[in-house]
Amino acid sequence: MHELGIATSVADTVRGEMRRHPGARPVRVGLRIGEWAGVNPDALQFSFEVLARGTDLGQVTLEIESLPIRNRCAACDAEFRVVDYQTVCPACGAANTRTVSGHEMEIAFVELEEA
Amino acid sequence: MKVEVAKKVLNENDRLADELRRRFETHGTLCLNLISSPGAGKTTLLERTLETLDRETRVAVLTGDIQTDNDAARLARFGFPVKQITTGGTCHLDARMIEKALADWRPNELDLLFIENVGNLVCPAGYDLGEAAKIVILSVAEGEEKPLKYPSIFSRARLMVLNKTDLLPYVPFDMERARQNARKVQPGISILEVSCTTGDGLAAWQQWLAAQHPRVRFGVAV
Repeated sequence: MHELGIATSVADTVRGEMRRHPGARPVRVGLRIGEWAGVNPDALQFSFEVLARGTDLGQVTLEIESLPIRNRCAACDAEFRVVDYQTVCPACGAANTRTVSGHEMEIAFVELEEA
Repeated sequence: MKVEVAKKVLNENDRLADELRRRFETHGTLCLNLISSPGAGKTTLLERTLETLDRETRVAVLTGDIQTDNDAARLARFGFPVKQITTGGTCHLDARMIEKALADWRPNELDLLFIENVGNLVCPAGYDLGEAAKIVILSVAEGEEKPLKYPSIFSRARLMVLNKTDLLPYVPFDMERARQNARKVQPGISILEVSCTTGDGLAAWQQWLAAQHPRVRFGVAV
């Protein structure tokens, strides 16, 4: 539902980089979105396209990397991917594990082409 | 030329939320962010809470809705400060709205601040408001699969309140499954069962609140 707001924030970041690199043309933005970030990648793509169309961002493509849920075990420190909500540590069987990744909503990079 | 940005999309919101959190901590204000789908009973739970809070407890409520100030009117009856945030279409509250709404209140005079978010289990999960804890409210009329369908919010809430337990004889809701599902997405989540209609379980809710802050006390026993 709020993908348009996120797309706006991405556009602001790209324009910030354009100001820092005068004359360069933005071509690609890398995003890292966690599986549980509550963001739908398709809706985000669509929102960004609508927002960018006919503007200085019209040629920019979004590259969305989806990050799975990963937990770390409090007992043995093993890190593992959570599949089907199974949060018990596969290495030692401990139940006390903490989510360390999967909530991300980050802009990783902006790629620009020199004029 | 690839420029590494490595910046959170909601960077600005998170920065402001951290600022609010520091402010709340400095002033000894417990801020709780209440999140649920529309109609799960956030406002009613707050009504039941405000009517039994000790008058010495300095509490205030910020209540968010897309339109109308009905909720603020419902909550203002109890004599505590209440402010409506009308988002005009936005599906969640953000830290900027909270900061603005707090501007003409003195934060050092609050023990407890409830934020009633816009009814929505998706978007509010991503927006930090500087709260000490998120509380998710799930009514038994909604179904026990909700924690699995909306893991983002259930994995971030400290407490799940299962509301409308008086409806259990009339709806196919598996209480044990609901608990298991919530613990699947977050093993450490606390769970309370309440009925705001009959008052069942509200004593445990009061105890939970009182345990979070020494100045949160209740006058009238439920």
